[in-house]
Amino acid sequence: MADETHIKVADSNGVRVIEFCDRKILDELSISELGSELKSAVDDQPGARTLLNFRNVEHLSSAALGMLITLDKQIKDQKGILKLSNINPQIYEVFKITRLNKLFDIHDSAEKALASF
Amino acid sequence: MVQPDPNNEDTFKEVTVQSTLHAAKEPEKIILKDIEKHGFNSDAIFAIKLALEEAMTNAVKHGNRGDESKFVHVRFAVSSACVVIIVRDDGPGFDPGDVPDPTTPDRLSQPNGRGIMLMNAYMDEVKYRDNGREVYMLKKNGD
Repeated sequence: MADETHIKVADSNGVRVIEFCDRKILDELSISELGSELKSAVDDQPGARTLLNFRNVEHLSSAALGMLITLDKQIKDQKGILKLSNINPQIYEVFKITRLNKLFDIHDSAEKALASF
Repeated sequence: MVQPDPNNEDTFKEVTVQSTLHAAKEPEKIILKDIEKHGFNSDAIFAIKLALEEAMTNAVKHGNRGDESKFVHVRFAVSSACVVIIVRDDGPGFDPGDVPDPTTPDRLSQPNGRGIMLMNAYMDEVKYRDNGREVYMLKKNGD
């Protein structure tokens, strides 16, 4: 898929900041497209420091968690760093239940995440 | 016309869809509309959306194993007190006890296997019936 419709990518002092456009990252069809867009964005700058900002996201599913784990592995393989921010309390609970809050470096705000790189 | 009653499966509404991820969205839309009408709070709606998404995906991908000639059958009833949703696939069934815990250190970085865990965490009751071909989920309003 050539057009980026699920994410916005920006640069903040050398950190690649990716925001989701979708409020729901639930169904496998859109997650597959989203995963391809994220992979392309990461492959554009291998090894870059990356922040995924969840401020627009209200819902996600286990398929979305799987996609994030795959992305994290891709970035680590390229010797990059991935951090997550602005995860709302309902979604953070999903990370806690699955213990993925231990796997990902999660910050309350983009500012705090950017300062921690 | 008999009102759907979560305590009486004979009164449940039924929606059957082709076993594709696209068609699997249809029952979700119908059920969520019913749930919103019954005044479920935002946490309960979040939980139901998540569990239903997981159950439908499991039915299409794992239950029916991606066979688009098969179907997914959804029965449900909503009251102001609770919702019961039963998702059934046409596959050979499975033993939920065979699904490994996705939170152990060796499995934490595996990208799949969290759907059942989330359904259990977010619904008040989850039961597998008919050798795993059917999952029964209950969520109380106000939890």
